[in-house]
Amino acid sequence: MVKQYILVILFSLISHSVFAQIDSTLFKRKPKADSSKMNIDAVYNRPFLQVGRTPLGIGGYAELNTNYGVIDGVSEGLSFQMRRMTLFLGGSLHSKIKFMSEIEFEDGTKEINIEFAALDFQFDNFFNFRGGIVVNPIGAFNQNHDGPKWEFIDRPISATQLLPATFSNVGMGIYGKKYTKQWVLAYEAYLTNGFDETIIDNEFSRTSLSAAKANKDRFEESSNGKPLFTGKVAIRHRKIGELGLSYMGGIYNKFQDDGFVLAPKRALNVFAIDFNTVLKKTKTTITAEWAWINVDLPSSYAVQYGSKQNGGFVDVVQPVFKKPIIGFSNSTFYVSCRLEQVDWNTGKFIETSAKMYDETFSIMPALSWRPISSTVIRLNYRRQKQRDFLGNPPANAGVIQFGLSSYF
Amino acid sequence: MNTRDKMNILFRALLISAIGFLSASCEKILPSSPEENEVLDGTIDALSTAETAKFLRGDGAFTRVFTSSTGLGPLFVSNSCISCHAGDGKGHPSTSLVRFGQINEMGNQFMNQGGPQLQHRAIVGFMPETIPSGATHSTFIAPANTGLGFLEAVSDADILALSDPEDKNNDGISGVPNWIELADFVKPKSNSISKNGKYIGRFGRKAGAYNLLNQTVNAYNQDMGIVSSFSAKDTFSGENQEPEVSDNEIMDLVLYLQTLKAPLQRNVANQDIKDGKVLFVKSQCSSCHIPQMTTGSSSIAGLNNKTFAAYTDLLMHDMGKALDDNYTEGTAKTYEWRTTPLWGLGLSKDSQGGKVHLLHDGRAKSIDEAITLHGGEAVNSREKYSALSTNEKQLLIKFLESL
Repeated sequence: MVKQYILVILFSLISHSVFAQIDSTLFKRKPKADSSKMNIDAVYNRPFLQVGRTPLGIGGYAELNTNYGVIDGVSEGLSFQMRRMTLFLGGSLHSKIKFMSEIEFEDGTKEINIEFAALDFQFDNFFNFRGGIVVNPIGAFNQNHDGPKWEFIDRPISATQLLPATFSNVGMGIYGKKYTKQWVLAYEAYLTNGFDETIIDNEFSRTSLSAAKANKDRFEESSNGKPLFTGKVAIRHRKIGELGLSYMGGIYNKFQDDGFVLAPKRALNVFAIDFNTVLKKTKTTITAEWAWINVDLPSSYAVQYGSKQNGGFVDVVQPVFKKPIIGFSNSTFYVSCRLEQVDWNTGKFIETSAKMYDETFSIMPALSWRPISSTVIRLNYRRQKQRDFLGNPPANAGVIQFGLSSYF
Repeated sequence: MNTRDKMNILFRALLISAIGFLSASCEKILPSSPEENEVLDGTIDALSTAETAKFLRGDGAFTRVFTSSTGLGPLFVSNSCISCHAGDGKGHPSTSLVRFGQINEMGNQFMNQGGPQLQHRAIVGFMPETIPSGATHSTFIAPANTGLGFLEAVSDADILALSDPEDKNNDGISGVPNWIELADFVKPKSNSISKNGKYIGRFGRKAGAYNLLNQTVNAYNQDMGIVSSFSAKDTFSGENQEPEVSDNEIMDLVLYLQTLKAPLQRNVANQDIKDGKVLFVKSQCSSCHIPQMTTGSSSIAGLNNKTFAAYTDLLMHDMGKALDDNYTEGTAKTYEWRTTPLWGLGLSKDSQGGKVHLLHDGRAKSIDEAITLHGGEAVNSREKYSALSTNEKQLLIKFLESL
């Protein structure tokens, strides 16, 4: 399926190139930025290349970086990483029927995933039907995760390892937006295949929703026949910012097989809140997200697997220098900082009544340069403290990364 | 030169400066290693290249997390070695284990009911074990792993030389080996001493394991439910199964345990610590917690004929009624416990969540409490400790915390 997909993209590129006789002026980019745009719009709000008046849009982005990390004085040295190359292919079959897809190659070809491939049918702005492989819209990062949009090379820990980021599933649902003069309201609601028991039986030795990403069977069938519900409501004031509330929940375990009951149904619930704004005076962008997870665990399970988790991040991005440089008329430098915290196991030990830890805290100052808005060159420095679930002295990590990310 | 040219030059200068600064300061802004004597992990000296490679593989085996798809359980206590021995140190009460079913040298009477170890956790779809009715039991906190290769390399003759079953020197301390039957996969060393077909155990709270292979294979099987060619019987079904861990992985882990360094004493030159050691000896703590032992011959150069300071005699001692859980292993009495090595004691809290949990089941919340809970053969020593002034007690404890 993946090969066919790539062939379609290559064929499209080649055929359009032939028709266009490699005249790049026939391609046009369609970036959109206005105060009504929200995280929900990120799927389509990308700089696609479009040939003339054809309904086909092609695009993508790539990210690569160096990585030099040290944990408690021990380093594995310098590495070069091709984090991901993502290809977009979308098209309009009709003014009310659209198709959009996103295929991602991570770490070279170590992982190849169709992250998004859905057909949208518009009844009106406030009521659209979507079916296919969708990214469950829990939190904001899941909706709006393209690398070139961020000043940080690493994705947030809470988004990637806690929620998890870009967790996509087969399913269907509805979404829409409603506009007033100052306010924009958006919602999404999907029923999809969902999680499985690997979230509490994995090599991370902790409750890990992201462990379920390894189960590729979820694109073929549900692990237990019970759909996962994911819903999000977001509201945006054009001058203040956007606030989103999202929920994802369902039964994660295989509780029956061939009509026989194997175990009680066990549920997981995830709540997330996200916010973003741009301070008018200073043009400072603030993006924040926090999530809470509740998982019903078997009582006899290993203590390392927590039933409650929470975590999130705050990004502050400040443009500091906007001048034409070496031919880039809108070149802008940014100084940014990300604060992150994740508590993988909220609770107390039965044996000692002491607090359980398994916590990660990270601070990541960053410098970045955008010669153009869709390309970013980033220098990140991370300091991270990670405590095991007992609360022993933390592992101290430091990472320096330099890289670039760009739409193409 | 116009403004644009100036900007371009400034930009290039800043870029070059940033790269230069980062190259020069890279190591300074990244976290440094803790002092060697502040951590338990690390290797003994003089490992060969091949041994180092095996050590690293063993380290990987030690941190490997098992899941139901890689063989965990179905009944288990924990899912990895490191979950019970964080940082290679002592365990925490939340990861302790329970053994049951043996009250004398006649052996475990509950082997057909899940003995000797309780697997109180289970993978999804299975019910964990409970202690059978009528079985006595004892809770064990996981011991530290460091320096085990030195303890393994001590000769049986040296251990026997320290024992005094009849208390011929009238110091109130006897000390006897725990004579145990060897599992089929355990081959005695060439210089081993046997008695009625039994050999000297030296690992575990009751010295119920002969060597580190014995200890490791039992831990895979009893702690994690992982069967191997050495021990193929599944703890749930009781049936022999195909190995879930390779012999090579087990042998890598055994070498890892053999070659973890001995904990290093801190502040050796400090006068308080020197005075504390004098009080330690004067209180006769050192009669069982012997300050120095010597290894015999070993194929691993770093363990061959080395003197080390583990503060143990590897013998079983009567510790009194308060510590008698009415459970035992081998030929040991239920009130007898192997002298716990004291090295690494000062770093125990760093693997136990910031607070110490001492004695076999972690009941002592401080070194002082652990000492005062000593009974049996240790009564005289405990009374001598109790008779010390507050300042002297602090010196003695300071010495113990330096280990």
